[in-house]
Amino acid sequence: MSKTAKTTAADSSEILRELGPQKALAMYRTMREIREFEERIRFLFLEGKMPGTVHQYIGQEACAVGVCTALAPEDVIASTHRPHGHAIARGLPLGSIMAELYGRSTGCCRGKGGSMHLGDPDRGMLPAIAIVGGNLPVVAGMALAFKLRGEKRVAVSFFGDGASNEGTFHEALNAAAVYALPALFVCENNLYGASTAYRRVSKVQDVAARAAAYGMRSAIADGMDVFAVFAAARQAVELARTGQGPTLLELKTFRLCGHSRRDPNNYMSKQEKEHWAARDPLPACERLLAQAGFLSEADQARIQAEVEASVQQAIREGQQAPEPAPEELYQGLYASMEVPR
Amino acid sequence: MRMSIVEALREAIRGEMARDERVFCIGEDIGIPGGYGGAFTVTLGLEKLFPERIIDTPISEAAIFGMACGAALMGLRPIADVQYGDFLLCAADQIIDNIAKLRFMSGGKLKLPLVMRAPVGATGRGAQHAQSLESYFLSCPGIKIVAPATAYDAMGLLRSAVRDEDPVLIFEHKLLYGSKGLRAETGGLDASSEIPEGDFTVPIGRAAVRREGRDVTLIGHLLMMHHCLQAAERLEAEGVSCEVIDPRTLWPLDMSTIFASVRKTGRVVLAEESPKQGGVGAELAAQIAEAIPDCLLAPISRVAAPNTPAPFAPALEKLYVPQPERIAEAARRLVREY
Repeated sequence: MSKTAKTTAADSSEILRELGPQKALAMYRTMREIREFEERIRFLFLEGKMPGTVHQYIGQEACAVGVCTALAPEDVIASTHRPHGHAIARGLPLGSIMAELYGRSTGCCRGKGGSMHLGDPDRGMLPAIAIVGGNLPVVAGMALAFKLRGEKRVAVSFFGDGASNEGTFHEALNAAAVYALPALFVCENNLYGASTAYRRVSKVQDVAARAAAYGMRSAIADGMDVFAVFAAARQAVELARTGQGPTLLELKTFRLCGHSRRDPNNYMSKQEKEHWAARDPLPACERLLAQAGFLSEADQARIQAEVEASVQQAIREGQQAPEPAPEELYQGLYASMEVPR
Repeated sequence: MRMSIVEALREAIRGEMARDERVFCIGEDIGIPGGYGGAFTVTLGLEKLFPERIIDTPISEAAIFGMACGAALMGLRPIADVQYGDFLLCAADQIIDNIAKLRFMSGGKLKLPLVMRAPVGATGRGAQHAQSLESYFLSCPGIKIVAPATAYDAMGLLRSAVRDEDPVLIFEHKLLYGSKGLRAETGGLDASSEIPEGDFTVPIGRAAVRREGRDVTLIGHLLMMHHCLQAAERLEAEGVSCEVIDPRTLWPLDMSTIFASVRKTGRVVLAEESPKQGGVGAELAAQIAEAIPDCLLAPISRVAAPNTPAPFAPALEKLYVPQPERIAEAARRLVREY
């Protein structure tokens, strides 16, 4: 991966065979879980049954699942304002995520984080950092800690194309390259920062090309193909873990939903939407699994039913969880003192 | 042994790094052989003792503080610094949105034991290397803020900061450092202290009564503490007895020490080097007025920089930074008129 390399479709079926049915189906199931979760909460929001706002991950499921499958439990990821997919892929219990979205005290952040700050340090995920580009220096710092202590752990930053135009992208990638840190910078290039197309705000369309400016390794993979993402991430993670420094991994993907709630995507053309809808990562994954003989129609229906049941159960858990007590407002800020009042 | 603030900070950092291998320093120009040891020589020579743990960085303040944040989250104890406090604003998002908030956002699961060091004060460098940034960060829940005015406090507070479980921002004053050689500051004050043997600390959140008095309480931190003491000496000759309080920690404020003094004197002058608008004095004045209005014999008086950036012209800078005479005059007026 010294140069930018694109993983091809042919690679994916090989990777799939190497993974075997159990692991490949687990990846598929997680993608289904993310999709089902997002579609259900979209309605809960539209019906006014959920507080706050939400940035959904529909269309990008292969990115989170492909990368997180390549990680070890001791690795740590950091996400963005669009973290639902990363949280599910990292293995946070659905009920704790749902409770967090409802602002309940059993949520993964005890109701203090909400949709944009999902995370659980006990499961290797920082509370998501919702300032665009804000997590990249923090990820470099986690990787620095691993390196200083000689630990074989990897820190992973997820961010979007929008973050590549933040100063923190430049500062963090340069520093990570200078210190050869065990970090992976995953750019999910979904072509839009909110409503602004990346082509309007960047002259170079491959974010990965910027790695050259830092003397950093880079790779591009098809972000709609979970197995291609996995293969690229696994290689980058292995290099980081063995002391060979960071990688900028760009995943070409697309958001098959609005930027945030009630966004009808009128800034995207019908043609563009149709083009990417035809590349939806879920049917793509199903086709590959079916070709490999790992997934029958009956399996697919069973998995869908199981996923629907687990999301339903999570919604119940979230809705029935207790509201935080008033006193919790003052808890969890300082570790060594009370909040002065 | 007598030490300047720079020497005390250096010795405290050395001692903490020797005591705890999780402690490391990260910043610009802090350990370049042949370099300065940071803009004011605080870390000079430490790279020889701890080559792996003095990390020189690119000129990337967001990366410095973001990396300190990430390393602290993973259990290390970083000491991150900037050459001039003004540059904290380049890292403001990392400090205010990540360092100050991540523990809260995690529901109290995370800890961020890290130290941030920043030199402040108007010292002939114009508007962008001069600001006293205390008030910007005073409105940010999630961090502690300390401001040592003596070498003893610098050493004791730095040790406390490194050992604290929360983020601590240390403001240091360029005129109080006692930096030597080519990095010496013209117009510097002697803030040196006799440093005792042994592992003493100065607790965060505890003010110091620097001088006892009856008629008026003067409150000032960093350079203003020294100016308050000079003002008190002048006033003593005129028969006015001043109590001088050095808050030492700006958050959490030690209001009980301040209230005790104001209850005694009934008059208070708040001195600070930042502009009066939204300043440290505003917070102190509001807390005093809210909690003990009946103890006040006179209105609270604030002596601060004007509501402008710091000027370069030496003649104007001297007007900008509150001088002892301005503080003395404010106290005189309170005693005369009330």
